[in-house]
Amino acid sequence: MLWKGDSVVTANKNNIKIHIENLTKSFGHNKVLQGISTDIYEGEVVCVIGPSGSGKSTFLRCINRLETATSGEIVVDGYRISDKKINLNKVRENIGMVFQHFNLFANMNVLRNLMLAPVDLKKATKEEAKETALRLLETVGLSDKADSFPSQLSGGQKQRVAIARALAMSPDIMLFDEPTSALDPEMVGEVLAVMKQLAKDGMTMVVVTHEMGFAREVADRVLFMDEGVILEEGTPEQIFSSPKHPRTIDFLDKVL
Amino acid sequence: MNQILSTYGPLMLSAMGQTLLLALCGLFFGCLLGVVFGLASVVDNKVSRTISVIYVNLIRGVPMIVLAFFVFYGVPYGLRTILGVKYTLTALQAGTICLALNCGAYMSEIIRAGIQSIDPGQMEAARSLGLSYWRSMFRVVLPQAIKNMIPSIVNQFIITLKDTSILSVIGFPELVNKAQNVIAITFKSFETWAIVAVMYLIVILALQQVANALERRLSRDRKQK
Repeated sequence: MLWKGDSVVTANKNNIKIHIENLTKSFGHNKVLQGISTDIYEGEVVCVIGPSGSGKSTFLRCINRLETATSGEIVVDGYRISDKKINLNKVRENIGMVFQHFNLFANMNVLRNLMLAPVDLKKATKEEAKETALRLLETVGLSDKADSFPSQLSGGQKQRVAIARALAMSPDIMLFDEPTSALDPEMVGEVLAVMKQLAKDGMTMVVVTHEMGFAREVADRVLFMDEGVILEEGTPEQIFSSPKHPRTIDFLDKVL
Repeated sequence: MNQILSTYGPLMLSAMGQTLLLALCGLFFGCLLGVVFGLASVVDNKVSRTISVIYVNLIRGVPMIVLAFFVFYGVPYGLRTILGVKYTLTALQAGTICLALNCGAYMSEIIRAGIQSIDPGQMEAARSLGLSYWRSMFRVVLPQAIKNMIPSIVNQFIITLKDTSILSVIGFPELVNKAQNVIAITFKSFETWAIVAVMYLIVILALQQVANALERRLSRDRKQK
């Protein structure tokens, strides 16, 4: 067991990790999110699917306030994210995020990418952080890349390092923003494998993805979003085998 | 030529010393201003961004020779007639203020552009891990930005060094000012200006060499670390 959480393989319905109520977000006159409400439980893996421009990424980025919600309430681990007065940095330590374009720190090697936040935020001493970092690199299969710079890695390797970097802060929640969309097809598998393992180990995960196979296999729940609202949600079985909403049916027809 | 060099060489060398002194003072405070206003122009705060824009546009919109006259003659005169305060600046003080204000405005633009050239994803990734804005800036964004800025910064150093010659108009005893004295005595303007030109050239080429070495070193460090 390398990550936090004691093998809570199924969602713990008694513990709401993320509570979202009536979330809206506008960029100028463009209403990207038009009232989203959902609860995400401890250990649950939620996949968010939907067409481009449906607001999936914005929804995800509101959870750790990389985007500030226009209205509505977001509570993560008991902290009201929408509250201007909370110590946002403290809350973010507990929410890992993985980006479509990896965003590894280009001025540091892989090891220092993983050590920066734990050491800088005094979560660990240098030695502890290094030990954790090396262990995490082993889990994602990149022990030999500790001294490499991001520019020397392939896309798949970068994304696995990015996942390890987020895990180095031992977060309770992991957000994935289209983690495989910028990868060559042959590298998608290695990243999904790491994510699957993470899901098995009981991490609470919100994954915005176009990988329907992953969603079907790993998700506890799938949200289908379009035009800023959740049109349909349910188990992967319900969504993929018997979708109800015509828009969902149409979308799945196109992508499957 | 020989006669000028042997008679006025030491004078011109010491005048070059004054030029370098003024340039160093101007660059030092100019860099400080540049960093402050450069950072002020990228933070998420309308007031600080506006102040920065006003400063940059104001300085860029006024020729430095006008600024020099204004600071050296205009401001003390204004203080005396309007506020009744007697205060005068030495030529070095006024020169430093002019150079620093001027250099600072251009430096702040170099720093702003350098920071904005870094993918915003770098800042987002650092923030998502719980690092504060300034920690993310100093640990992640700036180290990358500075490397991109170096050629522009070196360029600005050279421009500022040459701009010291403008301050001959307020009587600061730098190289151009002294050269004019030499010509007034000897009438040998061809030789004198040729010597002055070569002196500037040598100093600036030397500065360029130092900068090149620094740049090479930084890019080598990057690869090795």
